[in-house]
Amino acid sequence: MNFEVKMLKTDILIIGGGTAGCFAAITIAEKASNANVLIVEKANIKRSGCLAAGVNALNAYITEGETPETYLQYVKEDYENIVREDLVYTIALRLNEVTKKIEDMGLVILKDSNGKYLARGKRNIKINGENIKPILAKAVESKRNIKVLNHVNIIDYIVKDNKVIGTYGFSINSNVFYIITAKAVICATGGAAGLYRPNNPGFSRHKMWYPPFNVGSGYAMGIRAGCEMTSYEVRFIALRCKDTLAPTGTIAQEVGAEFVNSKGECYERKYGRPTTYNRVFSTIEEIKAGRGPCYLKTVGISKEDEQRLIKAYLHMAPSQTLKWIDSGKGPSVENVEIEGSEPYIVGGHSASGYWVDTKRQTTLKGLFAAGDVVGGCPHKYVTGCFAEAEIAANSALEYIKDKEFETLDISSIEQKLNEVQRFFNNTSPLYTTEELEEAMQKVMDVYAGGISTGYAYNLKGLQVAKERIEELLSLAQNLRAENTYQLMQIYELIDRLYVCKVLLHHLEARKETRWRAFQEFVDYPYKDDENFLKYVNSRFEDGKVKIIFRSLVKKDEVYEHKD
Amino acid sequence: MSIRIDRQRCVGCGKCAEICPGNLIIIDENKKAFIRDPRDCWGCAACVKECRFQAIKYFLGADIGGRRTIMYVKKENDLLYWFFEKPSGEKEVIIQNPNDNTTY
Repeated sequence: MNFEVKMLKTDILIIGGGTAGCFAAITIAEKASNANVLIVEKANIKRSGCLAAGVNALNAYITEGETPETYLQYVKEDYENIVREDLVYTIALRLNEVTKKIEDMGLVILKDSNGKYLARGKRNIKINGENIKPILAKAVESKRNIKVLNHVNIIDYIVKDNKVIGTYGFSINSNVFYIITAKAVICATGGAAGLYRPNNPGFSRHKMWYPPFNVGSGYAMGIRAGCEMTSYEVRFIALRCKDTLAPTGTIAQEVGAEFVNSKGECYERKYGRPTTYNRVFSTIEEIKAGRGPCYLKTVGISKEDEQRLIKAYLHMAPSQTLKWIDSGKGPSVENVEIEGSEPYIVGGHSASGYWVDTKRQTTLKGLFAAGDVVGGCPHKYVTGCFAEAEIAANSALEYIKDKEFETLDISSIEQKLNEVQRFFNNTSPLYTTEELEEAMQKVMDVYAGGISTGYAYNLKGLQVAKERIEELLSLAQNLRAENTYQLMQIYELIDRLYVCKVLLHHLEARKETRWRAFQEFVDYPYKDDENFLKYVNSRFEDGKVKIIFRSLVKKDEVYEHKD
Repeated sequence: MSIRIDRQRCVGCGKCAEICPGNLIIIDENKKAFIRDPRDCWGCAACVKECRFQAIKYFLGADIGGRRTIMYVKKENDLLYWFFEKPSGEKEVIIQNPNDNTTY
C-alpha cells in the first residue's frame, strides 16, 4: 500500500480532541478570531477520550468555605508534597470560572432548591454529564476558525532547531499520510493504558477504567523528540468496582459507604491517612492477609439512594448499572466488591507527564501541553483539564505573535514516510502486534510491579524488564500491517513500549517507597525525605534515558526552563 | 462488557463506526456494521446511544459476572430510555432526562 501525501498548515495545531483539546481550541477561537486552529483526533471528538461514556460529577471545584489554597493543600497532602505547586495553584484559581463556562455551553449541573450547585463532599459537584463530550464537540463546531480532522493518528513531531514546527500522522480510514506545519502545537492526548497485564484477561482484556485507546502516544512522541518528562514512577492504580471497573467514588460519596473486609471490619484508616494511594494499598493488604474480598458497604442503604446510584452510573459507567440489574441484586441488598486496577500512567490523576513551565510550554519551544499528558499536577480531573487547556491556549497564542511558518526539510519527510511505509512491506513476521503487546504486559506485570506481585517491584526485576522491553522494541520493527488500522496498532504498541522504558528508569531512580502501592520499591521500603523530596525527571538522549533530579517548585514561583 | 450488532436491524448508516472511540467498528462489504474484535470493546456505550435503530446491544461478558441481560438505548424528545431485557423476558426501563437539574 502506498500513501497519498497531504500537506496542511495551521496557526495552532492541537493533538487530541478530548477534554483538554476541545477546550483549548474553543479558548483560542474566542480570543483570536483570526487564528486558525486544527484539532487532530485519533477517533471522533464527539465521543473520544476518557469522557466517551460521560461523567456524573465535576471532581475539582472550589465549593463554599474552600479556597484555591485549600485545594492545593489537599493535593499536596494526597501526593506526599511532590507536586508542582505552581501548576496545581494556577489550575485551582480557574476551576469555578471554567465550570461556569461549560455550564453555559449546555452542561446540566444539579442544583438544590435555592438554585445552588449540589456539592458532593468538599470539592465535587454533581452533574448530568452523559453528553459532556457531544456538548464540547458542538461548541467546537460552532467556531468558524476551528477545523477538525477525525480518525487521524499523529505519530511524531517535526522538530527543527529545538523547536516543534509540526507533526506527521496518517488516516486510519484511508491511505493518506499527513504532514502538518504549525506555528505552535498543543499536545492534549491522554495518558497511557495497557502497559500492564489487565486485571481481567480473555474476553474482557481491555476492560479498564481508563480508555484502552489512550496509549500514551503524546508521551512517546515527546520522549522521542527529547522532551523532559517528570514523575513517571508515580503510577496511578484505581480502586474500582470489581469486574466493571466502574469508579468507586460515586458510591463512597453519595451514600458514605465504608471500606470493609470479608469480616465486616472497616479498614480505611488502619494503614494511615486514607489518601488516594493508601485506599488501594490498604485493600491489597487486607486481601493479602486473607481477609478479602473487600467491599464498599452499601447493604441497608435506602431504596431511594439505590435508585440514585443506579441512575448516576448511567452517566459514567453504564456497565455498573447493567451489573446491578443483570444480577437482580442492587447495592441496597449486596455490598459492592472492590479491587485495584492494573497501573496506568496518567497525569490528570497522578503526576506523570511532560515537564512544563508555569505557562505549560514543554522543554521544546513551540510545544505546549494540557491535561493528562502534563506531569506534576495530580487531581486535575475534568475541570482541571479545562483550566490547564485555557492556560496552554493563552500561552500558545502569545507565542505565535509575529511568528512565520518554518520551511520543511524534504529529506526528513522522505525518511519518515519510508519508516512508516516499511510496516506494509515487512514480510513473514514471526509475531503479531497482539502477541508482542501481551509479552510487554506480562513483563511489566511480573517484573515491574503489576497485579501479580501486589504492585511491588525490586531492582533485579526492573533490570530484567528493561532488557526485555528493549528486545520487544526491536521485534516491533519487523511487524507487518495490512491496512492503516493495523498500522495504528503497531504505532500504539511502539508508543507503549517507549512509555514502559521511561517508566522503568523512573521506578529505578526513586530509591524509596513514598506512595504505597503506586510506588512500592521492595529494596527501599521507607520514605526518604532527606534525599527524595524532589522530582524525578528524565530526558531521552542518544537512545538512552537520562535521569535528572529537580528541586520542588512552590506555589508563587513562576517556573521557566533554564537548563 | 461488549456489544453485539443485530445485522437484521442494522441499516449500515455508519454512525457507530464514525464515533467509536477505539475505531473498532467498520461497515463491511454487506453494508452492515461489524466490530473488528469484540474483546477490545471498552463498554462506553457510545455506539449503543448513537444507533437510531437499536441495532447495537450491550452485555456483560460471562467472565465478569454476566447473566445474559442485554441493554440498549433509545433517544426520544431529549430523553434517554435505557432498556434492560433479561433472559426470562422480563424488561426494565430507566428514563433519564439530561436537562433535569434536580436529579441524575
